[in-house]
Amino acid sequence: MEIPQISIFLENRAGGLADVTDVLASNGIDIRALALADMADFGILRLIVDDPDRTRTLLKAAGFTADKTRVLAVEVTDRPGGLASILRLLRGGKVNVEYMYSATPTKSGRAVFIFRFDELDRAIDVLRDAGVAILPSLNAV
Amino acid sequence: MSTWNDPAGGFLAVSTPDYLPRARLAEIQLQRLRSVVTRAYERVDLFRLRMEERKLTPASIRGLEDLQQLPFTVKNDLRDTYPFGLFASPMEEIVRLHASSGTTGKPIVVAYTREDLQVWQEVIVRTLASCGVHRGDVIQNAYGYGLFTGGLGLHYGGEGLGATVIPISGGNTERQLMVMQDFGVTVICSTPSYFLHLIEASQAMNKPVGVRVGVFGAEPWSESMRQRIQADTGIRAFDIYGLSEIIGPGVGAECQAQAGLHIFEDHFLPEIINPDTGKVLPDGTEGELVLTTLSKQAMPMIRYRTRDVTTLVSEPCSCGRTLRRIRRIERRSDDMFIIRGVNVFPSQVETALLQVEGTLPHYEIVLTRDKGLDQMDVRVEVTPEVFSDKMRSLEAVHRKLGDAIEHVLGIRVSVSLVEPRSIARSEGKAKRVVDKRKL
Repeated sequence: MEIPQISIFLENRAGGLADVTDVLASNGIDIRALALADMADFGILRLIVDDPDRTRTLLKAAGFTADKTRVLAVEVTDRPGGLASILRLLRGGKVNVEYMYSATPTKSGRAVFIFRFDELDRAIDVLRDAGVAILPSLNAV
Repeated sequence: MSTWNDPAGGFLAVSTPDYLPRARLAEIQLQRLRSVVTRAYERVDLFRLRMEERKLTPASIRGLEDLQQLPFTVKNDLRDTYPFGLFASPMEEIVRLHASSGTTGKPIVVAYTREDLQVWQEVIVRTLASCGVHRGDVIQNAYGYGLFTGGLGLHYGGEGLGATVIPISGGNTERQLMVMQDFGVTVICSTPSYFLHLIEASQAMNKPVGVRVGVFGAEPWSESMRQRIQADTGIRAFDIYGLSEIIGPGVGAECQAQAGLHIFEDHFLPEIINPDTGKVLPDGTEGELVLTTLSKQAMPMIRYRTRDVTTLVSEPCSCGRTLRRIRRIERRSDDMFIIRGVNVFPSQVETALLQVEGTLPHYEIVLTRDKGLDQMDVRVEVTPEVFSDKMRSLEAVHRKLGDAIEHVLGIRVSVSLVEPRSIARSEGKAKRVVDKRKL
């Protein structure tokens, strides 16, 4: 159900992000979704890629601190209120969202959101019971 | 003390020992050295055991040169015997305790009998007199009051001199400037970096600094910094020297010649050694300063290695004092540094990092000077062990590091989380401290 996400520690400095994308580009890694959380002095880059294990190995070898975490990719109809309907469900189930971001839409034009939960299993239950589509991977959407 | 330094100049009774003929000074030194070695031998286990190992007794001290046979004392000896192990007086005779920072988070404790406090006051009176302070002066004492020896040391010396002392302690820049203006302050005592900060704040607030003399110490500063202070403010800036283990401030002070610091040799016997071999070096050669207290009762120090690197100057000084001088201290023979008047060893920072992270991450300490105030930034590489993709967990680590360092050092410093391998690796001994302060 859940999909792997690679999180990378970044200092806030010029070229920091480019150093990461260089590693990915030169190794043919495809980025499927991306979000950058930033504080005054440092940031966390979160990536969904086509080959997470290899990405993590490559980034570690390049000297980055990278971690693999599990997130949910949720698919909704791309219309006003699409995201609201998901968040309403989670609120009803009292599931806290640690963070979320959007991925590129599917080829069939549906919106995709990436969620990180502390209580992953409960979130899956809540969403499943409501018939929400949880994507097993972003590789073929 | 019934004597003071009068503005008209002339004979400064309080400073008499500063002008003793060298031969007479040497007699006093030898008599006091014998007495202090006897006291240390009879009353402090550590000193007696170390002398016995070398088959020495107090009778072995026949001349001043025999001091060289005695073993050194180092800062670790004070830590190992924490808190009272080096005291040579019973608690009933000890009237004051002070403490300074140590590498393990435990401070180093120093003690004074009533007589010790009198000597301390005397050497501070001589320090202030040497800097041209006199009765009628209004002294703003911005050294910290408390366990740190700076505040109370200068305080009683100022009173002993007959000057007016304002015990304002450190901090609260606006109040410092208000007092400086409204109380007609003529003398400021502080760390040089704090004074620079005051100057900059006073220019920003359009308040002139009307001070005549600055008595600066407790951290390294340079000749160019003095020139800048003097040019910017019109005051005369003097360097003073001291350390808690010996007495606090009052070990040495500059005179009107501003060409080195006279050591109050009737109370503190200086030697310069090669820090690697321990061999005593002749005057005029640079090395580590070693001090022996000649009159301390509660806590005598025999050949204490200060880790401060300097040179002993025996040529006569134009001021007429016969006391030898040391050159201004700008570096140390170990990796200790001083920030905002606090002694810091990188090992203290390591202790804090270890506590939070469980293992020691790569780190470096960067010292800068911003608007005259010393800043310390601890750059810590983020390891997989502490990394989290949740921002609040990472912020919590960041905060915990800052808290742990503050707990060990007693001052708040900035912490930067940096990417792995962003701190340069050195071959051999890691260079932990990058000092970018322009001294």
